[in-house]
Amino acid sequence: MRDPQVKRLNSAALVGNPNAGKSALFNALTGARQKIANYPGVTVERKAGRLALPSGEVVELTDLPGSYGLNPTSPDEEVTRKVILGEFPGEDAPDVLVVVLDASNLEQHLVFALEVIELGKPTVVALNMLDLAERDGLTIDPAALESELGVPVVPTVAVRRKGLAELAKAIAEAERREAEPPRGHEFPHERRLTAHAIATGAILAETAKHRLHARLDRLLLHPWLGPLILFALLFVVFQAVFAGATPFADALESVVAKLGDLVRAAMPPSLLRDLITEGVLSGVGSVVVFLPQIIILFFFILVMEATGYMARAAFLMDRMMAGVGLSGRSFIPLLSSFACAIPGIMATRSIADPRDRLTTILIAPLMTCSARLPVYAVIIAAFIPHRTVGPGIGLQGLVLFALYVAGIVGAMIVALVLRSSVTKGNASGFIMELPKYQLPAIKDLVLGLYQRAWIFLRRAGTIIFTVSVVLWLLLSFPRAMPGENQVDVSIAGRIANGLAVVVKPIGFNRDMALALIPAMAAREVAVSSLATTYAVSATDDTQAALKLGEQLKARWSLPTALAFLAWFVFAPQCLSTIAVARRETNGWKWPAFMLAYLFGLAYIFAGITYWSAVALGL
Amino acid sequence: MTLDLVPIGKSARIVAIDWSLLAGEEGQRLRALGIDQGAELAIAHRGVFGGGDPLAVTIGRMTVALRRSHARAMTVDMLA
Repeated sequence: MRDPQVKRLNSAALVGNPNAGKSALFNALTGARQKIANYPGVTVERKAGRLALPSGEVVELTDLPGSYGLNPTSPDEEVTRKVILGEFPGEDAPDVLVVVLDASNLEQHLVFALEVIELGKPTVVALNMLDLAERDGLTIDPAALESELGVPVVPTVAVRRKGLAELAKAIAEAERREAEPPRGHEFPHERRLTAHAIATGAILAETAKHRLHARLDRLLLHPWLGPLILFALLFVVFQAVFAGATPFADALESVVAKLGDLVRAAMPPSLLRDLITEGVLSGVGSVVVFLPQIIILFFFILVMEATGYMARAAFLMDRMMAGVGLSGRSFIPLLSSFACAIPGIMATRSIADPRDRLTTILIAPLMTCSARLPVYAVIIAAFIPHRTVGPGIGLQGLVLFALYVAGIVGAMIVALVLRSSVTKGNASGFIMELPKYQLPAIKDLVLGLYQRAWIFLRRAGTIIFTVSVVLWLLLSFPRAMPGENQVDVSIAGRIANGLAVVVKPIGFNRDMALALIPAMAAREVAVSSLATTYAVSATDDTQAALKLGEQLKARWSLPTALAFLAWFVFAPQCLSTIAVARRETNGWKWPAFMLAYLFGLAYIFAGITYWSAVALGL
Repeated sequence: MTLDLVPIGKSARIVAIDWSLLAGEEGQRLRALGIDQGAELAIAHRGVFGGGDPLAVTIGRMTVALRRSHARAMTVDMLA
C-alpha cells in the first residue's frame, strides 16, 4: 500500500507514436528482466520491467502500446488511453509519463506529446533516435524544445545506451514536482500547427532528406522486384529453418538419447525407470529438439520487424489481401502466426475494421505455426528422400515450403468465402505508416529470441510434460499379460480404437488416432505421443532406442504419412489458440465455428491426399 | 484533380477532403498521420496491380501507405 503522507514514486510508463523506438528504449532502461503478460480482460500485451533510479530506488516501468493520440482508433490505443488516465480497472495510473519522440520525425511525434503534456501529469520527454536524425542531416536543439514544451527533454540513443542515466534522473525529479493543473486544451488541428511551430524552432539545421530510405524503398517497393524479393526472402527463411537447424537439432537429440542411456544404466528396470525414459524423456525430449528451428524462424520475424521491412511486406501484400477482402494490415498478424497463432491473433488488434479482424482471427490458425514444425519435420525427415532437386534447393525443404503454401492458399480461399458470407461487409481500408529502415540492435534481437525460446520451453516443461506423463500412464495401464501387446490392452489404445474407425477412411492407423487425442492440447505433442507410443510398444531396448523417424518408416506407408501432413495443415489442434480466439471474439460462437470448419477441411484434405497418393501408386 | 491521379515523384497540396468517402475511423487515422486539408505530400510508390493500389505518400519525414480509394477522396493542387 502506498503511504499518502510520503509521496513515493512507484511507476512510470513509456508512451509515444508507434516507431518512436519505445521498445528499444524500454529494453535499454530495464534490461533482460521483464514481465510480459496481458492486461486483464483484453489481450493487449503488458510489458513491465524494473527501472533503477539514481537514488537506488527501483520503480516499475511499463511500455504502453504505441499510439497516435488519446482518441483511440484501435484496442491497443484504447489501453494506452485508459492506463494514462487511470481508467483501466486494476491498474494504477503511472506516476510519471515518459513521452518518447523520434527525433527524425519531430513534427509528427510532437502532436501526441502535446496532447499528453496537456494532461498536466508529471511528464518527461525522451528525444530518441538522435543518431538517426543526425544521419538524416538534422541538428536539433533539445534546450529550445524543453523551453517550448515546458517539461524536461532528455536526448537519448537507446541502442547506444546514451542518455539513459539522465532520463532516469529526470524521471525521479519529475515526480517530486507537484502535478500541474491541466493546461488549456487544444483542438487537434491547432495542436498540429503548434507542433509544426515548435519543430521548426527546435531544428537548427536541416540538410538532405533521408536518401537511404528512399533508395531502399525504390528497390524493395518496386512494382515487380519488390514482390520477387519478398518471396525469395520467405523461401530463404523456410530453407534456413529446415536446413540450418539440423546440426543443432541432431546435437540436442543425441543429448536426450544419452540421458536415456544414463538413466537405463543407473536404475534397475522398473515402472519408474520406464516413466522417466519412455514418458518424460521420449515425450519432452522429442519436442525440445525443435527449439533450434523455432529460434531461427523467430530470428527472421524479429529482424523483419526491427528493420522496418515488415511494414513494406504489408504494403506489397495489400493488393493481394484486398483480393480476398482483407488488407495489408492482416499480413503482419498472419506472418506472426507462422511463429504462433496466439501472438498472431493478438496482433489483429491493430486492425480497425471489426469484420476484417474477425476474418483474420478465423484464418490465422491456417498459417503454419512453429508447433507444426516438429510434426512436419519428423514426417518429412522420415519419408521424403534427402536429395537436391536444383542448386541449393533440397527436396525436403521444398516439401516443407509446399506445406506452408498449402496453408496460405487455404487461408486465402477461406477468407474469400468468409468475406462474402459470414463476415460480409464493406471492403476494408489500409492506412499505415512505413517506418524508417534501421539496423536491428543485436541486444534487442537476443532478448526477443530469449523471451520466445523461454515461452516455448515453459510450454514443453508444463503442458507437454504433463501430457506426456498422462499419456504414458494411459498407455502403460492396465499392464499387458505375457504375449499381449502393451499398447493394445492399454486404456489409451482402447480410446484410440474408437477414434481409429473415424479416421480410417483417410488412411490413418490406430497409432495416429492415438497421437491425435493428446495433440488437441498442442500440435507438437503428436510427435511426443508417437515417440511415447512406440517406446512403450517396443519389445526390447534396442527397438526402443530406435529414432522416431526410423520407427515411423517401418510402420507407416507413404500415403499415410502424406495424409498426416495434410491433416496438420488444417487441423485446429491447439487449446491455447481456441482459448485466445474465445477471448478476442467475446464468446464461444466463433471459436466453435473455427473448430468445425478447420476439422472439416483437415478431414477432407487428408482424405484427398491419401487416396490420390494411393491412386498414384506411391 | 484528386490525389490518386498525381504521378509518382510529384508533390501536391490537399485543398479539400471529402470525409464522406472515408469509412468509419479512417478520417481520424489519416489526420493522426498529418494527412489533412493544407498538408503537402508527394507520391512515392504505387503497387503494380489494380491500377496502382495501394500507394505510398511521403509527408514531412514520414512515408504513409494508403489505398487509392482514400486518395480519390482528396482534392489536390499540384506543386511545381
